[in-house]
Amino acid sequence: MSKRRVVITGLGTINPLANNVPDTWSSLINGESGIDTITAFDTSELPVSFAGEVKNFDANEYMGKQQARKLDKSSQLSIFATEEALKDANLNTDERLGPNVGIVFGTGIGGIGSTEQAVRTFDERGASRINPLAITQLMPNSSTGQVAIQYGIEGPSLTITTACAASANAVGEAKNMIQNGIVDMVVVGGTESGTTPMTIGAFAQIRALSTNNENPKEACKPFDKDRDGFVMGEGSTVLIMESEESALKRGVDIYGYVAGYGATTDAYHITAPAEGGKGAVVAMQKSIKDADLSTEDIDYINAHGTSTPANDKNETAAIKTVFGPKAYEINISSTKSMTGHLLGGGGAFESMVSVLAIQKSIIPPTINLNNPDEECDLKYTPNVAIEKDIKVTMSNSFGFGGHNGVLVFKKD
Amino acid sequence: MEDLLLKLRGIVVEVNEVFEKVKKLFVDELGIEADKVTMEAKLEEDLDIDSLGIVEVVMAFEDEFEIEIDDEELTDVGTVGQAVNLLHSKL
Repeated sequence: MSKRRVVITGLGTINPLANNVPDTWSSLINGESGIDTITAFDTSELPVSFAGEVKNFDANEYMGKQQARKLDKSSQLSIFATEEALKDANLNTDERLGPNVGIVFGTGIGGIGSTEQAVRTFDERGASRINPLAITQLMPNSSTGQVAIQYGIEGPSLTITTACAASANAVGEAKNMIQNGIVDMVVVGGTESGTTPMTIGAFAQIRALSTNNENPKEACKPFDKDRDGFVMGEGSTVLIMESEESALKRGVDIYGYVAGYGATTDAYHITAPAEGGKGAVVAMQKSIKDADLSTEDIDYINAHGTSTPANDKNETAAIKTVFGPKAYEINISSTKSMTGHLLGGGGAFESMVSVLAIQKSIIPPTINLNNPDEECDLKYTPNVAIEKDIKVTMSNSFGFGGHNGVLVFKKD
Repeated sequence: MEDLLLKLRGIVVEVNEVFEKVKKLFVDELGIEADKVTMEAKLEEDLDIDSLGIVEVVMAFEDEFEIEIDDEELTDVGTVGQAVNLLHSKL
């Protein structure tokens, strides 16, 4: 029996660039940066004072104060992005979606901002003053549960916490759920809101973050010789995935097909990628095989491209290992140069970019790439978008813990 | 008799004061719409305060009125009015 084909029929996003899909896309192809000096809190004690924050989002105004105060920001953003995605997929957001719809969300650190707040309260005022909503805000599956409640999603639910690969794994696992006939539709998302004092401080402690405080918009420079770390970003992106049959029956537009998924684990080091990106290599190979394609078919790779010295060098090596001489011909870019690193929200965001690139025939650039590293010598689409007919795209996501999730998307 | 009336009037004033404080807490702290908060309003059905919300309400009361409320004292509290009376009795 041939496997059911899986399509994407709805997209929604709120991220450092914009608070909807069309504006996000136009920012991406214009090479704009969503990174700026942090406004949410005082950064004077921190070595890093900038990030990719979501802008112009007032949760009290959007969902009412009584609801907003119950949710961590990561969950508020999840609901916001889900609303856009469901409407985009022509689904009625006032009706319960029911038991034939599943939900899979990825997040790296869940409601970390609420964790930080609860600890502060505990230290300052004692156990009896801890917010009784703290647990329901900080648990990593909070977005999954809250989105399910909001839209009556009664099918299976999963929350995936494979750090920066989390929502790439979410897309992949949702594909498997639909392919295997467990449900016809899955609301798939990634979310993160880790632009918080302790979290920025802790990532800075392991020297993972860029410290280019003077030029925030130019700080994230994947594959550039002068790159000095990633830039924290926040946001949520949601995809409505369903069986091709379900989409055709509903008569909705199809963005593209989720054709292949490869997942591996480095089993090497908790933060550093395996030498030469060994785990990433196998994940890419498996995703291509799962899509019944060959390396010749891939037109564009949305790289993980974090702008850390280690990732970009090893990802480059891994792409060369997988594609051989063809590696030098493929258009590649890192949209993290514009959004910052959305951590657990990155895979879903970059899946969105990967299908939009197919639909619009445009490859968004890697901005701030002015001085290429000789160890990163592939076609990384510096600074200016490229128009090109694209049929197949690949999206790479690699996370702390050694988790690798690679997806392949097809036009038809 | 007049003493008693004066005393009763005093209690009514105090109860009203407690109600106004409670209402302000519900509106400012919990984000509940002001016109929903009446003495008769049921906490769960009318104000959408669930079991987690009750804990928040109690904490807010404790901070505002500088009192302590035991869980057992809440058994019979289902409306705003009952909450106001409980608070009033503890002041």
